[in-house]
Amino acid sequence: MSTLELLVFLPLLAALAVGLGAPARFTALGASVLVLLVAVYCAINFNTVVEGATQFASSRTLLEMPGFPKLSLAFGIDGISLVLVLLSALVLVAAVFVAPQESAIKGSAKLYYLSLLLIGGGAIGAFTATDLFFLYAFHELALIPTFLMIGIFGHGEGRVRTAWTITIFLGVGSLILLVGLILAVGALGGTTFDVASLIALAKAAPIAEGTQSWIFLLLFIGFGILVSLFPFHSWAAPAYAEAPTPVAMLHAGVLKKFGLYGLIRLAMPLAPAGAEKWLNLVLILLLGNILYIGLVTIAQKKLDRMLGYSSVMHMGYAFLGIAAGNVIGVSGAVLLMFAHGLSIALLFGLAGWMRDQFGSLDFDKFGGIAKSMPKLGLLFGFATFASIGLPGFANFAAEVEIFFGAFAGEDTTMTWIRWATIGALWGVVISAVYMLRAFRNLFMGPKPEALNTPADLSWGTRLPLLLLLVALLAVGFSPELLNQFIRPAVNGLFTAMAG
Amino acid sequence: MDVNTLAWSVLLLPLLVAAAILLGLKRWSGLSSLLSTGSALLCLIFCFLLAAGGETAVETKTYPWIDLGQALELGIGFQIDGLSRGMMLIVSSIGFLVHLFSLGYMKDDAGKSRYFAGLSLFLFSMTGIVLADNFAMMFIFWELVGVSSYLLIGHWYEKASAADAAKKAFLVNRIGDFGFMAGILLVWILTGSIYFDEIAKAVGSVANAQLLNLAVLCVFCGAVGKSAQVPLHVWLPDAMEGPTPVSALIHAATMVAAGVFMLARVAFLVDAADFAAEVIAWVGAITALLAALMALQQNDIKRILAYSTLSQLGYMVMAQGVGQGGSDAGMFHLYTHAFFKALLFLGSGAVIYACHHEQDIWKMGGLRKKLPITFWTFALGTAALIAVPFTSGFWSKEAILETALHEKMTGPYVLAIIVAFLTPFYMTRLVIVAFFGKARTKDADHAHEVGPVMWIPLALLAFMAVFSAYSFVSGPLLARGHADIHHLVEHFGLTAILSLIGLVIGVGAAIYFYKGKDKDPISIPLFRDKFKIDEFYLGLVHVFQDAVAKGLDFADRYLIDPLVARFPAATALAAGSVFRVFNTGNVQSYAFLFGVAVVAVIFYLLF
Repeated sequence: MSTLELLVFLPLLAALAVGLGAPARFTALGASVLVLLVAVYCAINFNTVVEGATQFASSRTLLEMPGFPKLSLAFGIDGISLVLVLLSALVLVAAVFVAPQESAIKGSAKLYYLSLLLIGGGAIGAFTATDLFFLYAFHELALIPTFLMIGIFGHGEGRVRTAWTITIFLGVGSLILLVGLILAVGALGGTTFDVASLIALAKAAPIAEGTQSWIFLLLFIGFGILVSLFPFHSWAAPAYAEAPTPVAMLHAGVLKKFGLYGLIRLAMPLAPAGAEKWLNLVLILLLGNILYIGLVTIAQKKLDRMLGYSSVMHMGYAFLGIAAGNVIGVSGAVLLMFAHGLSIALLFGLAGWMRDQFGSLDFDKFGGIAKSMPKLGLLFGFATFASIGLPGFANFAAEVEIFFGAFAGEDTTMTWIRWATIGALWGVVISAVYMLRAFRNLFMGPKPEALNTPADLSWGTRLPLLLLLVALLAVGFSPELLNQFIRPAVNGLFTAMAG
Repeated sequence: MDVNTLAWSVLLLPLLVAAAILLGLKRWSGLSSLLSTGSALLCLIFCFLLAAGGETAVETKTYPWIDLGQALELGIGFQIDGLSRGMMLIVSSIGFLVHLFSLGYMKDDAGKSRYFAGLSLFLFSMTGIVLADNFAMMFIFWELVGVSSYLLIGHWYEKASAADAAKKAFLVNRIGDFGFMAGILLVWILTGSIYFDEIAKAVGSVANAQLLNLAVLCVFCGAVGKSAQVPLHVWLPDAMEGPTPVSALIHAATMVAAGVFMLARVAFLVDAADFAAEVIAWVGAITALLAALMALQQNDIKRILAYSTLSQLGYMVMAQGVGQGGSDAGMFHLYTHAFFKALLFLGSGAVIYACHHEQDIWKMGGLRKKLPITFWTFALGTAALIAVPFTSGFWSKEAILETALHEKMTGPYVLAIIVAFLTPFYMTRLVIVAFFGKARTKDADHAHEVGPVMWIPLALLAFMAVFSAYSFVSGPLLARGHADIHHLVEHFGLTAILSLIGLVIGVGAAIYFYKGKDKDPISIPLFRDKFKIDEFYLGLVHVFQDAVAKGLDFADRYLIDPLVARFPAATALAAGSVFRVFNTGNVQSYAFLFGVAVVAVIFYLLF
C-alpha cells in the first residue's frame, strides 16, 4: 500500500471498523491523528524543487474495456494537493475531537463517527486522486454522509428540510459538473481519465473555443455551486447553522474547497480560453459573494448563521485569486483555502461549544462574557482577528497575494479586474464590521442579568482548537511554510497549460 | 552590536515580552509590568545606539515574508536613515516614560498584565512602521498598531462606551486602510515595486499622471484614517475611553502621527503628484480648523486635548502637502508635539488620578495649589502647544506656517493662522477652569500630588516641551529643524507677527471670559456637538446596517433563494418521480440505500 493509499484508506477502513463495532470515538480519534502524522510525513519528505510533477504517485488499474478510457485507482500529490491534505487532516482531527461536545449524538455514536471518517477520507481522496473518475467519486463519497448527518443529527426543527435543500443544491451542482467533465473528456478524445494527460492533451491540441466556452461555464457553475458561488449560495448559511458542529467544520473548512480545487486543477487548464471569455461574469459573481453576501452577513442576528454567511463571503476572495489567472493570484487562492479552512473550522468549533453551553446563539441574549470566560474570549478573539485577515494570520498573507495577483500585469491603466479588486478590498471593511460587532456583542460590554455563564473552556476542548490556531499563526508569520509547496506546483501548472 | 542586530532587537523584543505575558506570565501582574517596562528601557537604549549613526543610511538584511519567485517578493526589511532614527527616538523615549507612568497609574488595575502586554505589542507594531523599507511591511504593522490601539482603548471592556469606542476606532481605521491598500497596489503597478528606494527611482518615469495622483490620494487615505483627519477624525475623541497613559502614547504622541510619518517617508511620491499634494494640504488645514473649533466648547479634559491633537495633526498633514520643505517642517512639529502633548496627557492623567477619575474641568478648580508639580509641568506643556515664543512648539509651528506662505499655499495658510488664534483660547480656558479659582467639588478639594513614579516622567517631558527644538537636546537628528530656527530668527516676518497677535488675543480673551467663572459663559451648540458629524455618520451606519443590509437579507431569503432554488428543485422533482419507489421519506433508509449502493459499486469494480 503506497503512502497516499494509506492516507486515503486509513479513515475509510477506520469507518468500516467503527461500522463493525470497534469503539467509535477511540478508533476515529486514532485514525485521524494517524492521518495527520502521515500528512506531515508527506510534507517533510516532499521535494520542493521539482515543478509540476506529482509525488508519492501510485496507480492500480481497475478496469480496462476497449473503446472506454482505462479506470485506475491512481493517487499522487503536487504542492496544491499537499496543502489541502494538510488542511483536511488538521480539521479532521479537530472535528473528531470536538464531536462529543454535541449533546445530540443521541446514542448513535457509531453512525456519527463513521460519517465523520467517511467525510474526511472522501475529501482526502478527492484531493489526492489523479484519475478524474475517482476525483469526482471521492467527493461524492464525502458529500452523502454530510447530507445524512445534517438530516439526522442537525440542530433545530428544520434540519430535514435543510438537509434536503443542501442535497438538492449540491446534487444539481455535481450533475452540472459531471456534464461539463464528460464534455471535456469527450472533446479531448475520450481516451483517458488521467488528469495530467488530459491537461497535456488540452495544451497540445486545445479544444475549439466555442466548446471551451461551454465547458468552462458548466465547470464554473458546477464547481461554483459546491463553493456557494453567488447566487447559488442560499443552501450554505442554514446548512452550516443547523449542521452538527464537526460537520460544519469539515464541510465549510475542507469539503467546500473541492470546488475551488477543481477550478484550479481542471477548469482553468482544460478550458483557458473559456476562462478568459467568461472573466467578467466571474468578476460580477465574485463581487456578489463579497459585497452582497457581506452586507447580508451584517444583518444576521445569530452567530452561527453569521459565520455561515461569512464563509460564503470569503469564497469570493478565492474566486478572485483564480480569476487573476496568474501565479500570484492562484497561489493566494490556494493559501486562502488553507487559511479559511482552519479559521472557519475554529470559529464553528467555538460557536458549537457555545451553543451547547448557552443553548442559544442569539446576539441579543449575550454580552460581556469575556469577564467570566477569559479563555473562551481570548480564543474567540484570535479567531476573530484571523477571520478579518489581520497580519500574523495565514488569512492576511493569502488575501495580500490575491490582491497583488488580481492587480498584476504590464498595463498601467485600470482594467476590469483591477476595478473588481478595489470592490473586493471594500469587503475587508465589511468583514471587520460584522466580526467585531459580533465580538463586541458576545464578549464585551456589560453582561445581561439573565445570562448565566457556564465554566470556561477546558483543556480538552481547547487543545484541538489551539492546534488550528497555532497552524494559522505559524503560516501567517511565515507563509513560506506552505509557499514552498505551492510555488513549484502553481508554476508547474502554468507551464503545463501555457500556450 | 551592528545596526542589523540592533534593529531586529528593537523590533522583536517587545513582541517576545507581549507573547511571554500572554502565554503564562499574566498570572503575575507585577512581574509582567516590570518586564514590559524593562524591555521598553532596553529598547530606548538600543534606539540611542541606533541614533548614533546620524543621517547615514544603512543597508540591512531582508527576511522574505512572501516569496513567489519572480512574480512577487514581499519582505521584512529596514530603512535606517535620519527619518527613522529620529522617529524611533521619539517612540521609544515617550514609550518608556509612559510605561513608567503606567506603573503608578495602573497599579491596582485588575487587567494590569493585559494592559502591559498591549503596550508591548504596540511598541512592536510602531517600530515596524517606522523601520519599514517597503509598503507591504508598513501596511502589516499599520494594521497591527490598529489592533493594539483596539485592545488598549477597549481595556475596560465591560464598559459599553469603551467597547464601542474600540470597535469604532478599528472600523474607521479600516476604511482608511482600504484606501491605503488600493494605493499600494496602484503604486505597485505604476512603478513596479513596493520598496521605497525603488519607487523613488521609478516615480519620475510614470507616464499616467492621473493614475499617479489617484494612487497618492489612496495612500493618503491611510494617513487620513490613522492620523484622524477629516472626514475620518471621529474615532480619536472616542478613543479617550482608554486609560490616560495610552491616550498620551498612542493617541497623541506616536501612533496617530504615523500617518504624517508615512507621508514624510514617501515625500517623493507626494512631490510627484501636484493635485494630490494640494488635497493633502487642504485636508490638513481644514482638520486643524474644525478640530480647534470643536475644542472650544468641550468640558472633558481629555477630550479638549484630543481635539487639540486633531488640530495639531492637521498642521502636520498640511505641511506634507504644501511643497518644498513642508515634509521636514511637518516632521519637526511631529517631534516637538510628541513631547508636549504626551506631557499634557500624562498631566491630565495625574489630575484625573488625583480627582478620583473625574474628567469634567468644571468639577475641578483650584488644583494649582494642590498639585503644584502637575500644574507647572502642565503649564509648560500648554505654553509649547500655544506656541509661546522660544518654546519648542513655537519654532515648529512657525516652520510649517512659513513654508506654507513661502510656497504660496494661501488658502491653507489663512486657515492655519486662524487656528493660531483659537489654540491659545481653548487651552487657556482649560488651564484657568481646572487649575485656578476655587475647588468646585469635594474630589477636587481633596486632591493630592501624585507620587514620583508619575511626576518624574512629567518633569522630564516638561524639559523636552521647552527645549526639544534646540540642538543641544535633539543633536544632529533634526538638522532641518535647526535650520528653521536660524531662518526664523533672521527673517522675523508676517507669520511670526500674526501668531504673536493670535497668542495675545487668544490668551487675553480666555482670561476675560473664564476668570472666576463656575460655569461656561459661552454656549455654541454647533461646536459643542462637533458639527453633528458623529450623528450624521451614525445615521449612515443605520441606513446601511438596518435598511440596506436587512433589505438584502430579506431579498436573499425570499427572492434569491426561491428563484435559484426553483431550478434545482424542479430537476429534483422530475428525478424524484422516477425514483418515487425509493422515496420513503425516512432519512435512515437513505443511509441504508447509500450503503447498499457503495457496496454494489465496490463489488462491481473489484470482481
